[in-house]
Amino acid sequence: MADLPVPTLPWAHPLESRRARLEDVSAVRQELSAPVAAVDLRLDPAGAGPAAVAAVVGGPLPERPDTWTALPAGLALRLGPDEWLLTSSRARPEDWEFGVDEAALAHGGSAVDVSAQRTSLRLRGQRARDLLASCCALDLRPASFPRGRCAQTLLGQSAVLLVAHDTDDLQLFVRTSFAGYVADLLVDAAHDF
Amino acid sequence: MSRVPGFGRIDRSRTVTITVDGVPYTGHPGDTVASVLLAHDVHPRTTSVKYGRPRGITGAWTEDPTGLIQVEEPFPEPMLLATTVEATDGLVVRGVNGQGRLAEVADTARYDRRHHHCDVLVVGAGPAGLVAARAAARRGESVVLVDDRADPGGTLTGTETIDGEPSPAFVADVVAELADQPEVTHLQRTTAFGHYDDGFVLALERRGDSVDGYGLRTRQRVHRIRASRVVVAAGAIERPVVIEDGDRPGVVLASAARDLLHRHGVLVGREVVVFTTNDSAYAAALDLHEAGAGVRVLDARDEAPRGWARACAERGVAVTPAATVRGTRGEERITAAVTGDGTEIPCDLLLLSGGWTPAAHLVSHVGGALTYDETLGAFVFGEPVAGVEVIGAANGTLALADVLREAGGAGAPHAPAEDDGAPPRVLWRTEGDPARQFVDVARDATVADIARAVGAGLTHPEHVKRYTTIGTAHDQGRTSGMLAIGILAELTGRPVAAMRPTTFRPPFVPVAFAALAGRERGDLFDPVRTTPLHAWHVAAGAEFEDVGQWKRARHYPRAGEDMTAAVLRECAAVRTSVGIMDASTLGTIDVRGPDAPVLLDRLYTNMMSSLKVGRVRYGVMCGNDGMVRDDGTVLRLAENRYLVTTTTGNAAAVLDSMEEWLQTEWTDLRVRLTSVTDHWSIAAVAGPRSRDVIGAVFGDLDVSNDAFGFMTWQDTVLDGTPVRVARISFSGELAFEVSVASGYASAVWARLLAAGQAYGITPYGTETMHVLRAEKGYPIIGQDTDGTVSPHDLGMSWAVSAKKDDFVGKRSYTRPENRNPLRKQLVSLLPTDAATKLPEGSQIVGFCADGRLPAPPVPMLGHVTSSYHSAELARPFALALVKGGRDRVGEVVHVPVEGELVPALIGSSVLVDPEGARRDG
Repeated sequence: MADLPVPTLPWAHPLESRRARLEDVSAVRQELSAPVAAVDLRLDPAGAGPAAVAAVVGGPLPERPDTWTALPAGLALRLGPDEWLLTSSRARPEDWEFGVDEAALAHGGSAVDVSAQRTSLRLRGQRARDLLASCCALDLRPASFPRGRCAQTLLGQSAVLLVAHDTDDLQLFVRTSFAGYVADLLVDAAHDF
Repeated sequence: MSRVPGFGRIDRSRTVTITVDGVPYTGHPGDTVASVLLAHDVHPRTTSVKYGRPRGITGAWTEDPTGLIQVEEPFPEPMLLATTVEATDGLVVRGVNGQGRLAEVADTARYDRRHHHCDVLVVGAGPAGLVAARAAARRGESVVLVDDRADPGGTLTGTETIDGEPSPAFVADVVAELADQPEVTHLQRTTAFGHYDDGFVLALERRGDSVDGYGLRTRQRVHRIRASRVVVAAGAIERPVVIEDGDRPGVVLASAARDLLHRHGVLVGREVVVFTTNDSAYAAALDLHEAGAGVRVLDARDEAPRGWARACAERGVAVTPAATVRGTRGEERITAAVTGDGTEIPCDLLLLSGGWTPAAHLVSHVGGALTYDETLGAFVFGEPVAGVEVIGAANGTLALADVLREAGGAGAPHAPAEDDGAPPRVLWRTEGDPARQFVDVARDATVADIARAVGAGLTHPEHVKRYTTIGTAHDQGRTSGMLAIGILAELTGRPVAAMRPTTFRPPFVPVAFAALAGRERGDLFDPVRTTPLHAWHVAAGAEFEDVGQWKRARHYPRAGEDMTAAVLRECAAVRTSVGIMDASTLGTIDVRGPDAPVLLDRLYTNMMSSLKVGRVRYGVMCGNDGMVRDDGTVLRLAENRYLVTTTTGNAAAVLDSMEEWLQTEWTDLRVRLTSVTDHWSIAAVAGPRSRDVIGAVFGDLDVSNDAFGFMTWQDTVLDGTPVRVARISFSGELAFEVSVASGYASAVWARLLAAGQAYGITPYGTETMHVLRAEKGYPIIGQDTDGTVSPHDLGMSWAVSAKKDDFVGKRSYTRPENRNPLRKQLVSLLPTDAATKLPEGSQIVGFCADGRLPAPPVPMLGHVTSSYHSAELARPFALALVKGGRDRVGEVVHVPVEGELVPALIGSSVLVDPEGARRDG
């Protein structure tokens, strides 16, 4: 697949139709994140697998669940004991899957392209955490959920993956089909801010 | 007017007007409905629920068992307490005669919730709570402080001295210090109403009805607070002494009269008799006297407390020790108190104080045991509960100096001790007629009712509560519960300490469902899942249907078309040319690993390990009972990799069930499952011209039947983007499914439409898809099946492998019932008039020769599961589950429809193209 031409087919953000409404919220800046290549990596954490994958993706994988580390052009998010989400804003999805999968396969692991499974919103501002606290039961205080933490949880009734970049800077990944619901939920929650 | 100058914390510079029972009254910001009425010497017109006796206002806050009102404006709300509803301009209320009324219009106000996490939650901002919150904040802990009243300070009246300054200044200082701490959240008008395990507390914040911004500002908010430690400083509740006719308006708790005076500047009576069993009522007596009332104190104890007696003597308040009140006189209102010796003392207000019951509700909610305190005559926090602390009056500590010390420890603020006090006398009731001694005024329950319960053999407070209904009203027996236990102890001759009090359960105060629902209403009630093509469907005029949480395009009516017409047109397009449908909602699971073939062989009834790479197979999944749970297609992507599709509604359940098998039963299998439902968007292109469309869009693909056979898949590329095309048909027509990463779905869809234009490509919805598949006898799991239907019943024995050693459900097929030839089987039904569309769900009975339904019971043969008009057959048809159906093919049965018997012919389930000639175009 390495000799494929650069895609010219138009790509659409699942929240494009809600962009204006999200940007209307003044209390918390809500930006649609650009698409990234993403794979769901399943791998035995005990063996040499994580190191082998790290060599391919260019950065160490997080050692504790619910934390993330930075990759050269993306994130390595540990979702569970044997599960990571690896993103790259540079690689093409099919190459990203192929490369990670090849490294993981040798250690009994596997990687599946999930680039379009989720979309992402970036929330910035002093009240970003308050806004999330109106829909999320998790302890999101900066001391409990500092930079480097991530968590799979519920926002309203939708599963999301929350990522802490900084005290006033959070990101949420949500399944494409639930993205509209989550955006509407956040816009509605910001109503009284 | 009973408003007294110099008393109260209301804002006298401004007025508000409320309407009660049609009469306008003016009050001030800071007033409640109760205080406005009492300021005008009016009691709301309410009557008791059982006997219709007049009822007034007895308390000053949530303990009031009587003053129920119905709010009409700004929004109807039933059964609220006049003492807790703040007086705001434009408020319209009326007294309640027994029952309130729910609104008949939608509530336009906003409700929401907020989650909190903290080191300490302090419930109550009285002196104990304020000091505890301040101490925690000074230790650097994160604090949430909630208090149910409008202002902090609890029962402080403003007359006390704390650390040498007047108590209001002390309260203001503490509040200001807390406000400066970023780690402190301080919420007034917020009632902690439920306490659950592990420090989880629910609290309701009343944020008010703003007249101009109604609908914008959140009216009520539920705070969901998770605290490492919960400090209950909720105070104590005064209880009366049970006397004859003690339910008469004008009989009020001593603490309530004092609260109304100091909070609202309202003097509830001019000629006042105070009957007390303890010291606390003396403060009320003196304050009311100072406000201008004539006051007499009757103390049930043999000796009046010396300090208080001295103070009373100095001010000319008569105190009579060893005296009781037996009952009251009056009609609508009290006119006299009757003492134990029969003397009638004229009065317009009788204040009662029978002691204090700690507000232990939040302790009881988490199972905290309460023990009886003989001195207090009340149950108090007993055995410690991990993470829960109880302080102040809630812990039975009543004197301010002691409360501060208990809450603040070493650095506690100081208050002067009250001198020469005396212990209370525990007295539940005075002599009198039990049938006129009301224990629970809200429930019209008397001492006689308790005696009747005891007579019926009920001796446990829980039983007596249910027999008499004492403690089951809006107030949860705040003032009556302890009295009922005390009187029960008397009647059964047992010590109170031997009694186990009833368990308090959330909510502490009534909470509106709207508040609990929060923002989960309307479009946010349940997540609405949409595909990337949703906006296109909307623009194309689609009608949608809910499938699970998904919105799916059902059909695309053109101007003047109803659903039947639109679906007939869409069906015809697919059968004669080409149609396109959004199938992105199908569940999709990536199955990886060396044991993937083994797993799928065990989960599907048919063989998946023999599927060749590049091919597709239809599969059926059953439960342990052998009944069909789901179906779908399986693509073999590589030796160790499959892509499995599920029905739209079952995607999560199927994945969960696969994971459950893997994680609990077959842990040795090296397989990993990944949901890719949202990753892939799928466009189904179906009809004899579909090959032309696919060929035109994907130039690299050889779409000829030889190169691209039925039930195979191929990868291709469109403008640099990978695309997967599979030849799968759910209509019997030549058909392709085009899968692409969902971000490109709109672009691919547009290309397919453009290429199909020459053939009149027609978007079709789920209703059309249902008709097309029904014409081919393909079942919809969940519509034609109901969890009792096996693959064999559906005529799909071919999909049940005889070769495999085992698979989920296999063993059930040897059960005799599964071999019963009379099991219901899927067949088609053709109404012989070729005109009637049988309603789905219709029952099927044997043919009735005389055309009339025999008398019941009529044996049922089965029921209609799917029914449609068919464009292809030019007539209505149905699918049905019929007993021994396949043996009845050719038989005419009757279907009762609206009183008529409609004859229908049973046929094989495949009505269109039974030879499968159209499959390859």
